[in-house]
Amino acid sequence: MARSGSAGSFGPTGRLPGEIGRAGFPSLWKMFAIGGSTWKDKAAAVLLRAVASTSILIVLLIFLFLGKEAAPLAAGPGIKSLLAERWVPVSFQQVRFGLLPLVTGSLLVTLLATLFTIPFGICAAVYVAELAKPWERELLKPFIEILAGIPSVVIGFFGLVVLAPLVKDLFGLSSGLTALTGALLLALMAIPTVISISEDAIRSVPESYKSASLALGASRLQTLWKVTVPAALSGIIAAIMLGMGRVIGETMAVLMVTGNAAVVTASPLASVRTMTATIAAEMGEVPFGSDHYRALFWVGIVLLVATFGLNMVAQRVLKKHQER
Amino acid sequence: MGRPWVDATIAWLMRITTYAIVAVVAYIIFDIVVGGLPAISWEFVFGFPRRSGAEGGILPAIVGTLCLVLGTIAVALPLGMATAIYLSEYARRGRFTGMVRSAIVTLAGVPSIVFGLFGLGLFVLFLDMGASILAGSLTLACMVLPTIIVASEEAIQAVPQSLREGSLALGATKWETIRTNVLPYSIPGMLTGSILGIGRAAGETAPILLTVAAFYLPRLPRSVFDQVMALPYHLYVLATQHPEAEAVRPMQYGTALVLLLLVLGLSLAAILLRGRLRRKYRW
Repeated sequence: MARSGSAGSFGPTGRLPGEIGRAGFPSLWKMFAIGGSTWKDKAAAVLLRAVASTSILIVLLIFLFLGKEAAPLAAGPGIKSLLAERWVPVSFQQVRFGLLPLVTGSLLVTLLATLFTIPFGICAAVYVAELAKPWERELLKPFIEILAGIPSVVIGFFGLVVLAPLVKDLFGLSSGLTALTGALLLALMAIPTVISISEDAIRSVPESYKSASLALGASRLQTLWKVTVPAALSGIIAAIMLGMGRVIGETMAVLMVTGNAAVVTASPLASVRTMTATIAAEMGEVPFGSDHYRALFWVGIVLLVATFGLNMVAQRVLKKHQER
Repeated sequence: MGRPWVDATIAWLMRITTYAIVAVVAYIIFDIVVGGLPAISWEFVFGFPRRSGAEGGILPAIVGTLCLVLGTIAVALPLGMATAIYLSEYARRGRFTGMVRSAIVTLAGVPSIVFGLFGLGLFVLFLDMGASILAGSLTLACMVLPTIIVASEEAIQAVPQSLREGSLALGATKWETIRTNVLPYSIPGMLTGSILGIGRAAGETAPILLTVAAFYLPRLPRSVFDQVMALPYHLYVLATQHPEAEAVRPMQYGTALVLLLLVLGLSLAAILLRGRLRRKYRW
């Protein structure tokens, strides 16, 4: 025997009898045990476990380093300065780091985009999951994946060159760089997320629900809207929330087409400046360690907390849906 | 009780909605291709930019993006695959596994610009790498890690349990079983899933904006500590920062097309390969 634990060693050092003793079923024990009996096995188990913890480490480091760069603002203008009503980071008179216009800018664009995403996303998800023929589904799904793969800067470029002039002419504006333009592009980028997760939820509705509804005389469409979709609703809601998470965090497309005026407004046809665009546009020009630099990290923290919260709630909802 | 024509109308409305999305996507691709094709030439792809990108080629940006993609693969692929092996083969239900899983979900939701801030704080400043290929690749690797883990785990779990049991029954240890009976069948799937994620990273602008991308640097990188131009950032600069934005439109379209071809080419290859593998391994 080359090493203890290889096939055929049934002595006191052999694995097989011991395992039966511990779990009663050899392969079952091995499946759940950490580490085998040779040193290579133990090394592999320890190493893989260590590597698996990198994800935890990265999350901790993200929070740590955002906090580390943001915190010293307290020593300068103070955390309270973030509550001011205007964002004027560079000025000869008084600089202001009020996050309000940026937060409302992000909210406006996100809500508008969600408004467009919901009908298109749900209709397409239902269609792909329930109505499309198999060959149609095979064609539509890769297409949706391709949409998810188009780089946001390319979508932003398309928005700048094609969509913005369209919006400008359609509404007779002086500039087509508006919250609406950004929201339309963002909706397009959120749709693949919403479709793929909603579709999973719709397809996971048990066949028996539909059969029962059809047996009671409901038509296919009635079954769809009154039985299948309500049964998948929590999954669909989670899908929309995950889509919103993507929208809030989107940077390049909004940076290129929303005009970037830091004003508080609720008009879809006004120019707005989102949190993401602010970081991307200003970080390149600030001196490291300045108050402005710290304030931009605060914007990042607000963004991180917002998407983190949205994703956590969405995951909860999704888990509940899967457990049902 | 069902009125057939109402049903038919609703079904058609949904069909139209779905195909409207398809039409928009097709139009975007069509617009970029039609606008970009005239700009594509030998000099454009293999030449160096002149007059801050208004003339010449985009070679440094292409090379820069390829460097970043390779760097990201080198860092993220081993980490992601190892994590996936751990999660699907070793992990037991428990606190550690729960923490790893929620960390992955959290990472997947972090906005790309926040990864940029993180990369700036940790790699560029704290670890003193400066704006460099190294810092950019590490930042992108953190960003695509969740995609790679999820894709790899799926590929591993597609290997039937009976293969593992057969190997274990013959006396192989756990690691031997994984090495000889699980990995050979799951590595192709892991790779295709990962390419999909990495293709997306190649098109990302926000994380590299703060960690590596150079505004205008008409030369090739010499080491991993060099700054580089990158296709997505170059497109952004040409489209919004260039003083003659209208005049350099062909250059913008050309850059957009090359970027799109690179990213979609990677994704499409992965999707096609995945389809073939699915047919090949039908357990």
